[in-house]
Amino acid sequence: MKQLIKTTLLVAASLWSVATLAAGPTVPLDEAKVDLHDKASLQRGAQLFMNYCLGCHSMQYQRYNRTFKDLEIPEDLGMENLQFTGEKVGDLITNAMATEDAGNWFGTAAPDLTLVARVRGADWIYTYLRSFYVDESRPFGVNNTVFPNVGMPHVLEELQGIPRKTTEQRMIDGEMQDVYVGIKTDGSGMLTDAEYDQAALDITNFLVYTGEPMMLQQQRIGWYVFGFLLVFLIFAVLLKREFFKDVK
Amino acid sequence: MNKLIAWFDERIPMTKTWNIHLAQYPAPKNFNFWYIFGVLATLVLVNQILTGIWLTMNYVPSAEGAFASVEFIMRDIEYGWLLRYMHSTGASAFFVVVYLHMFRGMMYGSYQKPRELLWVFGMLIFLVLMAEAFMGYLLPWGQMSYWGAQVIISLFGAIPVFGDDLTLWIRGDYVISGATLNRFFALHVIALPLVLVILVFLHIIALHEVGSNNPEGISIKKPKGSVPESEKPKFTFHERFTKKYDIVDAFPFFPYYIVKDLVGVAIFLFFFCYVIFFAPAMGGLFLEPPNFEAANPLKTPEHIAPVWYFTPFYAILRAVPDKLLGVILMFGAIVALFVLPWLDRGKVRSVRYRSTLHKVNLTVFAISFIALGYLGLKPATEVYTMFARIFTFLYFAFFVLLWFYSKNENTKPVPERITK
Repeated sequence: MKQLIKTTLLVAASLWSVATLAAGPTVPLDEAKVDLHDKASLQRGAQLFMNYCLGCHSMQYQRYNRTFKDLEIPEDLGMENLQFTGEKVGDLITNAMATEDAGNWFGTAAPDLTLVARVRGADWIYTYLRSFYVDESRPFGVNNTVFPNVGMPHVLEELQGIPRKTTEQRMIDGEMQDVYVGIKTDGSGMLTDAEYDQAALDITNFLVYTGEPMMLQQQRIGWYVFGFLLVFLIFAVLLKREFFKDVK
Repeated sequence: MNKLIAWFDERIPMTKTWNIHLAQYPAPKNFNFWYIFGVLATLVLVNQILTGIWLTMNYVPSAEGAFASVEFIMRDIEYGWLLRYMHSTGASAFFVVVYLHMFRGMMYGSYQKPRELLWVFGMLIFLVLMAEAFMGYLLPWGQMSYWGAQVIISLFGAIPVFGDDLTLWIRGDYVISGATLNRFFALHVIALPLVLVILVFLHIIALHEVGSNNPEGISIKKPKGSVPESEKPKFTFHERFTKKYDIVDAFPFFPYYIVKDLVGVAIFLFFFCYVIFFAPAMGGLFLEPPNFEAANPLKTPEHIAPVWYFTPFYAILRAVPDKLLGVILMFGAIVALFVLPWLDRGKVRSVRYRSTLHKVNLTVFAISFIALGYLGLKPATEVYTMFARIFTFLYFAFFVLLWFYSKNENTKPVPERITK
């Protein structure tokens, strides 16, 4: 039994290390200019998340009502437009597909996304969402430059259009060569390139928020604490001076 | 009021204790910046105990519930995030102040006779603190919690004959599991804090028995009757200190050093609160990014690194090609600190009056420790491993060299009195 567990672990570990080696960041990440004060962006991000991501990815540590409150969405409006499967407003956002189904359909469970921004970072998410490209060798016909061989279809394709790795003919050392210039879409999506980038940023912004929903409150309190400490420091210095008159 | 105090004093040594340890405790007058860290360590200890108690109220110590309960505290408990960040930042702050406190002792020879036992109590505190931090880090049950613990516990497996049985005994399972989490929780919230508080008590009792050292390394206790009245401080010290000696160049710890320490505490709190409110993860140093993913026994993270305060020792471990030898050397790095009072055969305490060789040696030691800490955070590439070997060598060279040169060291003359 002991040997069996050891072997299973070893095999699993080595398989995973192969998988992660392949998944290492191969492309430079684009900077995501997230702004938690931009409520409109957060609201759009929430809308995109509920419509496109929540089918598979849960957000199991975040509650509907907290989200509505922080994003300044009236509760009734939020329940009508952002909540589709009849949960209560105080529930956690867990209504994604079942783990067993995920295993059958995609070969792996879809990770919970509540804290993904704290694990991967905002830049990674922003770049990842914009890095799908057509690759017929993959089961869903798409691959990703940030996360090679990812088991996820390009869910936002109807927004972006069909993205392909594009090369251009350029003169290098006196010869015309094909140079990879990035991923370009065929323009069949509902959004323009700039609009799609904004949508990706909105989702990223929303995920940064769900990673640390307390961040704005935390920083606001932080300034008050600094203010108090400054006053405390001044009085401490004065008190010390007063007492040390005895010593000198 | 006086009657009430008298009532207590007849039944318990209240005023006496206050006087011996605070109001009439003679503290050398030349304490500098380096002398704040003992007080700060006490402050952080209190912070850890208080925030720890409140975190325990909502934490669920089970493999199924631990990770979610931490997020519950962060999101659904009012100011739960504050308690959690105070506790997680406090853990790192504890090691910052303790490392600086220890280096102060090394600089000014505070471990030398008659303070050997005081130093050993301090080292025991350091050891228990490391165990406390290690077990606490498993509790959030994130990926790094899990795999970090896996790596560290497996180190015990390097011990010949009973190593494997020992790791099994520590984990209570063949892998890290809920059984491990539950026992670590028990040790983290009850057993080790209790030991820690007792050791801190003994550390302070031992300090107040032998008296505080100071940056000059000169004793403030002079033979009885050798100091003229005019040169004695105008303060009252407890007869426990003045019975056998004349005390010079000192003033009472309370209120003088208390009010001075308040300034230091305020400055420390600026740094502490900056981390809590504006950078709780401290760029991945205090809270590692993979730890925001729940523990998964089937998924090893790409790069397992312990939290920063263990990395100097982790780097020593990795620097050695043989696992058992690496483990021995890693523990040896701590043992060497334990026996420092007996390795240093010098009679001069403060670095100010010791040889240039000693100054260089101590500086190289400090640099090696920091460099090892940095290298322990990095993946073990060929170049990094080479550097880790060099700095491991220098780390141990400090102790060996010290033993050789301290016997007949070329020191400067030490003044009779604290002049500053």
